[in-house]
This record gives sequence, structure tokens and C-alpha cells, in this order.
Amino acid sequence: MRRVLWIIAAAVAVAIPFLVPKTFYLQIVAGAYITAIAVYGLNVILGYTGLLNLGHAAFFGIGAYAVALLETKAGWPFWPALLAGCAASVVLGAMVGSVSLRTRGNYFAIFTAAVGVMIAIVFTNWQELTGGNIGIVNIPPPPSIGPLAFDGDVPKYYLVLGALALTILICRLVRHSLVGRTFVAIADNEDLARAAGIDVARVRLTAFMLSTFLAGLAGGMFAMYNGNLGPDQTGLDITFEQLLYLVIGGIGTIAGPLVGTLVLVGISHELQGMQQYRFLIFGPLLVLLVRFFPLGIAGGFSRLTARWAAR
Amino acid sequence: MLLQVRNVTKRFGGLTAVDDVSFDVPAGHIKAIIGPNGAGKSTLFHLISGYHPATRGTLTFEGAEITHLPMHEIARRGIARTFQTTSLFSHQTVLDNATMGYRMHAATNVFDALLRTPRARREETESREAAYEALRFAGIAPLANRIAGSIPQEAQKRLAIAIAVAAKPKLVLLDEPVAGVTSEETVEHAELIRHMANEGYTICLVEHKMTLVMGLADSIVVLHHGKKIAEGTPAEISADPAVIEAYLGAATHA
Repeated sequence: MRRVLWIIAAAVAVAIPFLVPKTFYLQIVAGAYITAIAVYGLNVILGYTGLLNLGHAAFFGIGAYAVALLETKAGWPFWPALLAGCAASVVLGAMVGSVSLRTRGNYFAIFTAAVGVMIAIVFTNWQELTGGNIGIVNIPPPPSIGPLAFDGDVPKYYLVLGALALTILICRLVRHSLVGRTFVAIADNEDLARAAGIDVARVRLTAFMLSTFLAGLAGGMFAMYNGNLGPDQTGLDITFEQLLYLVIGGIGTIAGPLVGTLVLVGISHELQGMQQYRFLIFGPLLVLLVRFFPLGIAGGFSRLTARWAAR
Repeated sequence: MLLQVRNVTKRFGGLTAVDDVSFDVPAGHIKAIIGPNGAGKSTLFHLISGYHPATRGTLTFEGAEITHLPMHEIARRGIARTFQTTSLFSHQTVLDNATMGYRMHAATNVFDALLRTPRARREETESREAAYEALRFAGIAPLANRIAGSIPQEAQKRLAIAIAVAAKPKLVLLDEPVAGVTSEETVEHAELIRHMANEGYTICLVEHKMTLVMGLADSIVVLHHGKKIAEGTPAEISADPAVIEAYLGAATHA
């Protein structure tokens, strides 16, 4: 049942460029995919390991700025720039993680929020490098691979889709492995994990680095897809938006980040005329969901299918 | 000597929870630690397992000092423990719980998981087998696919022991293994503990139920207000006037 749904979703995703009437809609879907990749990263650290990294969007920014700067200032092609962007995000993740993971609960969230705000301030104020509030424009598209050119909306859409598919595959493989089950076990009972000989600090750092890798990947894809970049993509409000997508989609689940992002980006788009007032709809929606489906749309769906199967 | 506890002291601010306690646990023994509430029994376990650092004194395991090692390192040396309030990975399956007990023996990392390396596949099988073996040992293999938090209380206590056994330890610390179970189930648990000893595990247990302790233990350490007031065989302990005064006497009033 679940496998069938994934196959249908994949088929629809591949067919979308031929189904939507305007590139405008294609851009919205691709943008949602990019956000979903970042939300998957948030899911690794929050959904699996139970740690709220409020600086998540800053790591997205590190990946995005690294790709944009390496392409525009150093003349690197996209592919090595993307690898370097992911690496930069992971290295910074290792540094921030090795300090912040000494704290717990609210302190971890506050510490990472502070780091995130500081990184966003650097993006805004280091004008010679980042272009300040204007940001970086004219980021070149990826160079062609043989006959495959990537300079149009449709090929870029497929690149983003590929990155999303890779992300989901990574999360699936890790979650069900011994490593992923250890992430979840630590969130469940830290003391028992220690008593079982698990080096909790090391496992948490691994999860943090995997999470920042996905944030960096999302950032790199954002810079590539949009061709321009500003500091407004890296702030605390973006992290909270991603958090909202994760909670509504289903925290800790495999489908949740994608479902939550697509649904909320879709609703946001429909309610565009309401601007900030759209949170008047999101707020109650969130409360109802958390009340009745604590595991979000994906968790609620699993529960319903399990109930049908039991009949 | 498997474990040597020497002059171990633990202070929390002005309170001395464990005061200059020394004893040995020889390999293959069942050692019981008894004493009235607040005697420092659980704190002593926390010190041995590295959950709390000792204020003073030394702990030696298999001839090597472990006093200041972090908890997971002590577990890796071969000391497994259970907690007083049954402590499980309650949202995971029973099988995954036992698998975590064995986890430290598997080196699988993120890259192994992503690339499905031969090591990842081999260790997946190994840890699954080790987990099932531990569940069978504890008599709860049929519950393998249930969520740990949803199984009966008595089975949860068995699962806590299965997690410890899956770690393949040399010494198992059991913190009140039969707290809150019926007297009938207590007998079954005593059998399980006896079975562990027969399989070659050295056991150290903290327990309130005197019948269990007297029937099981090879030797007993009695704590009172953090101090060791007696040590000996069950027969010696039940005849010791200081123990009767401090603990057994008090227990008959209760």
C-alpha cells in the first residue's frame, strides 16, 4: 500500500512538467522540493534524535552562499561547488555541534538559535563578500553533461527532483539501519543508551552532521535553481516555517517532511492574497493537528491504514 | 577478582550518600546489596556504572581502574545494568530494544548504512540474532514485534534484563529487579536470575525483598546511612545483630 503510494507520487512528480500549464507552477513545486530537502534535514535532528536545531536555516544559507560565491567569484562549475557547499555546511555543523551538543533541551534550541542569527547577520553585513541585502545574482546554471543541458526550468526541475529523491533515499536507508535506530533510541531513553555502551555524544554529532548536510544540499539547490540569493532565506523565521511543515507533515516519519511542505506551500500559495494573515489559518490548523494527530498527516495516515488493515 | 570497590564515597552537597564503602565481587558470584530506604544502594550502582562520578575511592574491574570512565566506556568494558524504575526504549519494538543492548558490538556507521556495505549487512544479521537470543533467554521472544511500552509490566522487567544480556556483559547490575511485581512473578524472576548466574554472568543486585535475596545471593553487603555495616553469607547476615537492628528489625515493623 505504502509502496504503491510512493510509486504513484514518483510518477506524478516526473510527469508534472507536462501537466502544469505555466512554468510559474513548476517553479512553486520545485521550490517546495528544495524546502522539503531542508525539512528532511530538520527531521533527522529533531524527529530522530529529538534535538531542536533552531539554526537550521543558517546551514541552508551556508550551502547556498558557498555554491553562489564559488560559482560567481571563483568561477567554479556547479557540481564541485555543490559538493563544497555541502562539505562547508557539514564542517560548520561539526564545529557548532561539538559545542552545542553539550547542552540539553531548551538550552540547545537557544544556543543553535543564537548561532543561526549570528550566521544570518554575517550574510547580511559582510557586504563585500555576500552583497548584503541585495545578495548574489546571476549564478550560472550547471554546465551540460554531454547532451544534457540544465539551463531551462524543466531540466532544473528534474535536478531538484533528483536531489529530493536522493534525500528521501538517504533518510530511509539511515532510519532503518542500526545507526538510525540508535538515533531514535537515544531520543527515547538517553540514560539507557549510555548504559548499553552507546557513545551518545558521538551519535548525536553524527545526526547533527547528517542534518546539516541535507540543509547544505537544499541551500545549494536553491542557489542553482533561482540563480540568485539573499540573506532572507537564512533567518530564524525560515527555520520556524520549516518546523511548521515538519510538525504538520509528521515528525519522525519518512513521508512527513515532503507531505507537510507540499501541503503548506500549496495552501500558502492559495492564500497569498492574505499575506501574513494566512497564519490565522495555519495556527488553528496546527493546534488541531497536534491535538488529534500528534504525528502529523503522515502519522495520522499510518494510523488510519493500520486501523483499516486490522478490520 | 572481577570487581573491587575500595573506599568509595559519594557526596551530594552536604549529604554523604555513600560513605567509604569497600567490597569485592568475585567472578561467578551473585552479590546482593541490601539496606533500608535511602541507604545508598542505588547511588552505589550509579557509581559503579559511571552514572555519577565517585567523590573519593577507586573502582577496579578486571584489574583496570574504571573510576573516572564515562558511563558508555564502563559498559563497553563489560558492565551492564538495569534501572530501578524499569527503563526501556518505550516507543521502539521489543526486538529493537534488545538490539540496542548489542549495539556497541556493531561498528556500522552512516556510510555503511548508506552504501549497505557487507559490514552493515553482516552486523545487521548478527545484532538481530544476538537480540533474539537475549529475548529467548528472558522468555519474551514471542513479544519481539510489540512496542516495548505496551507490554505487561512483568515482561518489561524481563526486557530490561534482555537488554543487559544482549550486551554480553561480564557483570550485570540489577537495581531492584522485582520491584512492583507479584510474589508469584517474583519466583519466576528469581529463576531467571539464577539462570543468568548458571550461564556464567556475575550478578550484583540491589533488592528490598528479603526472601529473594536470601534464596539467591552467595554473599550480601548491608548498607545503612551510606555505610557498610555488614558483609557475609545470607546465614551470617540474618544472624548479625547490627543488621537486625538496622534493617530486618525495621522491616518486621513495616
